[in-house]
Amino acid sequence: MDRRTLVLLFLLLVSSSLGSSSSSSPDIRVLSAERRIDLTSSIVRVFLTLKVENVGASQASDVLLAFPPTDAEHLAILKASTAEGKRKKKIYVPLSVNPTELPDTPNGAHLFSISLRNPLKTGEAAVLEVLYIITHCLEPFPAEISQSETQFVYYHDSAMLLSPYHVMEQITYIKTPSNKVESYTRVDPTNRAGTELRYGLYHDLPPFSYSPIIVHFENNNPFAVVEELVREVEISHWGNLQVREYYKLKHAGARHKGVFSRVEYQSRPSISGVSSFKHLLARLPPRVHSVYYRDEIGNISSSHLRIGSQKSELEIEPRYPLFGGWKATFVIGYGLPLQDFLFKSPDGKHYLNFSFGCPLLETVVDELTIKVVLPEGSKNPSSAVPFPVNQQLETTYAYLDVVGRTTMVLKKRNIVPEHNIPFQVYYDFNPIFMLAEPLMLVSAVFLFFVACIAYLHIDLSIRKS
Amino acid sequence: MGAKAENGVKPPPLAPSSFPFPFLRTLKLKTKQQELLIRVSALALIYVLAFAVRLFSVLRYESMIHEFDPYFNYRTTLFLTKNGFYEFWNWFDAESWYPLGRIIGGTLFPGLMVTAALIYRALRFLTFAIHIREVCVLTAPFFASNTTLVAYFFGKEIWDAGAGLAAAALIAICPGYISRSVAGSYDNEGVAIFALLLTFYFFVKAVNTGSLAWGLASAFGYFYMVSAWGGYVFIINLVPLYVLVLLITGRYSMRLYVAYNCMYILGMLLAMQIRFVGFQHVQSGEHMAAMGVFFLMQVFYFVDWVKYILHDPKLFHSFLRITLTCSISVGALALGIGMATGYISPWTGRFYSLLDPTYAKDHIPIIASVSEHQPTAWSSFMFDFHILLFLFPAGLYFCFKRLSDATIFIVMYGLTSMYFAGVMVRLILVATPAVCLISAVAVSATIKNLTRLIRTKSKASQTGSSKGTSSLKASAKASLDQALPFQRNAAIALLAGAFYLLSRYAIHCTWVTSEAYSSPSIVLAARGAHGGRVIFDDYREAYFWLRQNTSPDAKVMSWWDYGYQITAMGNRTVIVDNNTWNNTHIATVGRAMSSYEDEAYEIMQSLDVDYVLVVFGGVTGYSSDDINKFLWMVRIGGGVFPVIKEPDYLVNGEYRVDKGAAPKMLNCLMYKLCYYRFGELTTEYGKPTGYDRARGVEIGNKNVKLEYLEEAFTTSNWIVRIYKVKPPKNRW
Repeated sequence: MDRRTLVLLFLLLVSSSLGSSSSSSPDIRVLSAERRIDLTSSIVRVFLTLKVENVGASQASDVLLAFPPTDAEHLAILKASTAEGKRKKKIYVPLSVNPTELPDTPNGAHLFSISLRNPLKTGEAAVLEVLYIITHCLEPFPAEISQSETQFVYYHDSAMLLSPYHVMEQITYIKTPSNKVESYTRVDPTNRAGTELRYGLYHDLPPFSYSPIIVHFENNNPFAVVEELVREVEISHWGNLQVREYYKLKHAGARHKGVFSRVEYQSRPSISGVSSFKHLLARLPPRVHSVYYRDEIGNISSSHLRIGSQKSELEIEPRYPLFGGWKATFVIGYGLPLQDFLFKSPDGKHYLNFSFGCPLLETVVDELTIKVVLPEGSKNPSSAVPFPVNQQLETTYAYLDVVGRTTMVLKKRNIVPEHNIPFQVYYDFNPIFMLAEPLMLVSAVFLFFVACIAYLHIDLSIRKS
Repeated sequence: MGAKAENGVKPPPLAPSSFPFPFLRTLKLKTKQQELLIRVSALALIYVLAFAVRLFSVLRYESMIHEFDPYFNYRTTLFLTKNGFYEFWNWFDAESWYPLGRIIGGTLFPGLMVTAALIYRALRFLTFAIHIREVCVLTAPFFASNTTLVAYFFGKEIWDAGAGLAAAALIAICPGYISRSVAGSYDNEGVAIFALLLTFYFFVKAVNTGSLAWGLASAFGYFYMVSAWGGYVFIINLVPLYVLVLLITGRYSMRLYVAYNCMYILGMLLAMQIRFVGFQHVQSGEHMAAMGVFFLMQVFYFVDWVKYILHDPKLFHSFLRITLTCSISVGALALGIGMATGYISPWTGRFYSLLDPTYAKDHIPIIASVSEHQPTAWSSFMFDFHILLFLFPAGLYFCFKRLSDATIFIVMYGLTSMYFAGVMVRLILVATPAVCLISAVAVSATIKNLTRLIRTKSKASQTGSSKGTSSLKASAKASLDQALPFQRNAAIALLAGAFYLLSRYAIHCTWVTSEAYSSPSIVLAARGAHGGRVIFDDYREAYFWLRQNTSPDAKVMSWWDYGYQITAMGNRTVIVDNNTWNNTHIATVGRAMSSYEDEAYEIMQSLDVDYVLVVFGGVTGYSSDDINKFLWMVRIGGGVFPVIKEPDYLVNGEYRVDKGAAPKMLNCLMYKLCYYRFGELTTEYGKPTGYDRARGVEIGNKNVKLEYLEEAFTTSNWIVRIYKVKPPKNRW
């Protein structure tokens, strides 16, 4: 934490030393910026509305966003869009966002550039809507709590928006889950009303202005973090899609300290272990069947499944309630009808259309691996994922596999529920391969009977008795 | 399910030419072929039945390992498949018996694990991608199926094919065997009964044929048995006893000589390859009978040879006298010297307790404390054998009526094992194959006699009506039949009675299997208030909590019953476990549990204990918990440490936990850990707080304070409670 403050201070120094010297991108300035920071869950969501104006001589096609290094490290998603059309016909058009670097950014600040659809001409202004999600940035304080205490967390940020541009006018709203706010840094004008904190309006801020703030507030939401999630999707052209998900779940909130008293937990649920969680909800696709929920030592009998036409919900209850720092590993498996997920593309390829991300609601996944196990005999696999992932190919063996199944492995870090968008895996498959395994079984049984007949009819004795 | 295959068996296997199935006639099979077809299909049905009837637990619960010991076997099998055989053989396990550790490779019977690992490898090779757990769960049913085949061949050898089929059918569903071989009961006995019966079958076959090949086969069967279960001692004592009986009854033959020598020498050499058994065959008192009979056999052979050479009976008698006295005195001297020098170890406690059922109760509480080592109650004989209990004497009668080498063997096997079954509950298992075989002889002989009566009668009447000139024999028979007017009807009635009994047996077996022997005991099931099934999964809850939320090198102290489960499911080091090899260590734990908290704390500190786990049934009414086992802890602890005295925990010889309990009882560690904060809880409507449902009393000490331990975890139904041992206080 100390390091973090140091960095911030340093940034502040740098920014003030830079002053209003037109160094980074002189030709754009932010007319107004409004930030809405949602702290109600364990995931921090920030909605940013920027109104930028080109004040330079040339056209501007990119707008830069800056993040402090700690935020950039935990940045799960960064999306930008712009509104097009008037009033009722207004649609939001997504813009592409890419990390960039500039030679003279102050220490450690990470820059992302938003490519505009139409370059801004001199004097033109545009409104940009930016959503970014940061995980692991709520720091529990005190770091260890006992069963009867509630959980308080720190949120670190800057009162001003970190920006490489001049900001003319800026305001920040912070929404906390309850009105129990222990303390917050004042950077006038600061105002607090109920669950909302307001910083601003600030006027005429130089580039890279930074003023660290700390908000200390109660947050008893489940800090459920899946440290590692492996999802195996096995395609069988006989009509089934089998999914197995291996979870390593952890309560990443304030660590539990001292005793766990069952009698307290049972008799006073409202004040005992409020930051702990007992169950999680997983949203599964509709028409799911043969669902199981187990771990290394067997079936976990506490789960409920509700199957609906739009979605199925599986309420899973780990074997024990999870207190801060406690862990649980488990496996969820289910089958799905193949026709809902497997399609044929115009060029004759098969493709699987499946949702990326984690089915658990409001859960962060530190490391996600998706293995798409293609049927035996499929060729030329390729994938289409809407965001950058690591991918590689493997071979896995299931029942009666001789040459093994081609497996597409996709890996990504820092996953939030917003990543639950479909991705595609394309491959070539000749349906004749579907018959290979039944034929193998048939021939094995046939050979067995042939061997029996042969044994009964052949006399192997050396001496005739 | 049970009744179905029974019906498949019951038609007398020696099919008459006028067989009631018309489709067989259309196939135009010869009688012999028909018989073969029926026999093979009946056997196949029995094979499937034996497997299927053992799957109740999988269907009702899940595919999981049961009880206590199987968890150790499962853990070692997992290790074996992961690390290979040599690593397994040299495995020193530091996770149990802390701080002593346990040399696993040298202290276990590897047969079961190797079998499961081989099946696993074979299935993997055949591209069946299954988990080793499934193999382990289904090993016992698979071997039970194989046992039915062996029982068929054995029955065929001692009596006829009909008896073989009956034996296969009886053993397939006999509760005495099912109790140890349901799916999930992954224990040594599962494969050992197969190995036992196989060895006996091969040996009897060797004795019957005098073939070296069968003798060799029985030696290998014996080797497999030795590798699988400590019960091999039964074989190595029964076989010499049988040989001795044959010698005494004058049935000595060259066949016997070949069979026994081959089996004994090779079997002994092979058995020495098992590290846990080692040189016991030449060093332990339990194996000396076999060696003595081996030497006796040589003397017999020698004497026989001399008798053949010497023609003078007088000379031979004096020679016999000299040889016998010499050999007996040499043998006695060798035994005496061996015993005195300690080269031959004396009999172990378990062996003594078999010969003298009261021995364990007086001398070894750790053996007596195990419920399956208790003497058998009559009801459990009835429960496990049902009609076999009546058929057994009948079968003995038939065996004595047609005495041969083979029937003598089965009679001896039956009688000795019945005795052992009476001494210890778990040895009912060993008696089961013998009881099934002998009963099968009774069933087969009775049914065959009855059907013959029915058929000869009808034939005689047929022949009498159609042909006036019948043979002399037939007319004699007919006249005999006419002497007993209701013979045919009586035979039909008796046959119906036999069928009724057998079908009752099938129903009973299915019921017992489903109700009594198919519960995994890890997961407890009860009927809820609305009739629904309530599952108490507290054991796994606690073990999984240990596995996930304690440091990997944490040491857990609990009573030894839970040791295997904690290491297998919780993956944590335990102080003592179900392999009760070190009595002192167990007594130390017993002492800690029965001491006051401060004294216990010192013991726990010296053992590096981090967590203490107790099992408590007061909330759910689960009666096999630690409070009910507590007196055994006191006894075992007191057996080594005289500071622990049993009377301190009793009031007027009575064991109680309520207000009238002994003060030491109310303040010992076990009591405190079980009832910590229990006094605040209302367990049953209309009862005061702190009402113990397992014992039906209000507890005596409701204000339990802990000084050196703190509650770390309690499962949702309070069945398992885990406490953390606090670090020592700072001195300043």
